[in-house]
Amino acid sequence: MSSAKRTPMVIPDRLESRFAAGLKSWEMLLIAVALAVFAVNALASPHFLNPWNLSDATFNFTEKAMIAMAMALLIIAGEIDLSVAAIIALASTAMGLALQFGADTPVLVLTGLATGLLCGAFNGLLVSGFALPSIVVTIGTMSLFRGIAYIILGDQAFTGYPSEFAYFGQGYAWWVFSFELALFAAIALAFGILLHATSFGRLVYAIGNNPTGALFSGIRVARVKFILFLLTGLMSGIAAICLTSRLGSTRPSIALGWELEVVTMVVLGGVSILGGSGSILGVVIAAFIMGMVTFGFGLVNVPGIVMSIFIGLLLIAVIAAPILWRRLRGEGFA
Amino acid sequence: MSLIKKIMVAAALSSALSVNSAHAETVKIALVVKALGIGFFEAANKGAQEAAKELGNVEVIYTGPTATTAEAQIETINALIAQNVNAIAVSANDKDALVPALKKAMSRGITVISWDSGVAPAGRQAHLNPSSNALIGNMCVKMAADNLPGGGDVAILSASATATNQNTWIAEMKKVLPNYPGIKIVATVYGDDLADKSYRETQGLIQSQPGLKAIIAPTSVGIVAAAQAVKDAGKIGTINVTGLGLPSEMAAHVKSGASKSFAIWNPIDLGYSATMIAYNLAAKKAEAKPGAEIPIGRMGKVKLDENNEGAMADPFVYDASNVEQFAKIF
Repeated sequence: MSSAKRTPMVIPDRLESRFAAGLKSWEMLLIAVALAVFAVNALASPHFLNPWNLSDATFNFTEKAMIAMAMALLIIAGEIDLSVAAIIALASTAMGLALQFGADTPVLVLTGLATGLLCGAFNGLLVSGFALPSIVVTIGTMSLFRGIAYIILGDQAFTGYPSEFAYFGQGYAWWVFSFELALFAAIALAFGILLHATSFGRLVYAIGNNPTGALFSGIRVARVKFILFLLTGLMSGIAAICLTSRLGSTRPSIALGWELEVVTMVVLGGVSILGGSGSILGVVIAAFIMGMVTFGFGLVNVPGIVMSIFIGLLLIAVIAAPILWRRLRGEGFA
Repeated sequence: MSLIKKIMVAAALSSALSVNSAHAETVKIALVVKALGIGFFEAANKGAQEAAKELGNVEVIYTGPTATTAEAQIETINALIAQNVNAIAVSANDKDALVPALKKAMSRGITVISWDSGVAPAGRQAHLNPSSNALIGNMCVKMAADNLPGGGDVAILSASATATNQNTWIAEMKKVLPNYPGIKIVATVYGDDLADKSYRETQGLIQSQPGLKAIIAPTSVGIVAAAQAVKDAGKIGTINVTGLGLPSEMAAHVKSGASKSFAIWNPIDLGYSATMIAYNLAAKKAEAKPGAEIPIGRMGKVKLDENNEGAMADPFVYDASNVEQFAKIF
């Protein structure tokens, strides 16, 4: 009707504070931190810039980062899954059981994926079907899934995985780029597109910002949440395949405590723990930062506890900085 | 741009430095433990540092994860591979899960041995056990016999009847009995590694064996319970409790006299010997193959069996003279 050029309307997920605006974006800040970590490591150890060493270092985070991709979507939608490490344990145990019945590599992979999906479906059913809080449900299933693994294995271990199976956690796609790193890149790309370029992604943000509003807008909130739990379970299954292959064995204590590291990655990546905002790029950079810091500290033989303190401080800084900034500017509480 | 340049300069500079240090021919040996902050391993590090001092051109890197998980230990191992250490001596959190990471270390020319808690044979060149079944069995009988110059009745308080370790040690004890004339094993009872059951079984022994002079408990739970039962029955001085125990748990019973002596491995010697083996293999002064004898400094030699496993020495004996000092360690 009019000749005036129409500009597409953009509704921000979260109104930008001056702090965030000043830094352009969270991702810019993370990239700066990543570069700083890289530079400090390179100066601290002569071995850091060796491509093979850097390649080894990526194994510190690739499996956790795969789960972090799905976890980011879940947290943006206002939910959380604390059972991911337990899903790894159960999926790995299921693969070990399949191995005892003579399964070959394709069957092992299918077993891992199917177990992950089943666990995710179970979580999803409890949360969306019965409208239970996800933090309570997944703390429960965290004990349940790992408990089953302990019942099956006790203090024993499954070993003797076929040599082709070792490729997933120990093989290289091209030159120094491991299969795990390549797989992670593909997964990150897929989740980036899903969250930032599809209508499904918009639904995830909408639900996280205002679940009731989303429901009354005709969004099938329960279904979207179920799918997100399914995806998280699937990613945990994939991580279980990679980790089992990398360790060449299964023990029920596998991946113990990883759920907190995955959540740390997501929050460090700028995803609001209250839901509604965040980006895949941020989480990817956060994963690299955590992996490189661990490796860099290891290279100069700094004990692991210092690393935990560092990540803890980083996390507090990341969450507290914008809030403190607003208060200092006299803008009151958020 | 300038940042990248700086990094490149730093890298070039530090690689030049590393070339220099290679000229000095320092042998870098990493002592990887199950987790940092455990008294037993801190003591092992003390022994490793002692070995490094004795050897002169050795740098010991004492490291390990914060939690006793295989995944965290693999991260530590990856960082050590990247540093081009000459040898890794590891006490494993998981005998199987570490194998791929340690195989990679070996493929890059790093000497890998395990000690204390072993790695499956595919993941290491040699494994150092603190002692052997035969040495443990012999030491248990010897400690009882040393305090019984005229001989006497001895009973065994074991863990469960199906415990492989304990049964092997008891068989070894019976094998060496002819070497200790006058010593007679009159009963074997099972406390299932439960404090209360071990206590009751000991009470039963005291009742049923009036001539009992010593109790051998080759289990750290049993020995404490037995010492307590002997003390409570007022039999200190009549019945001597010995066997395998931890200094921190046994110090009080040695002080009361319920136990004159007991044995367990010495973590300082273990760290010392592991470092010596790692050094000798990395410096090509010895070869890890079945039947090989590897010198371990003041501890003598260790002979490898068909699985490339060796036993360090007799279990270390703790008595009133040294138990207080070690009770602080483990």
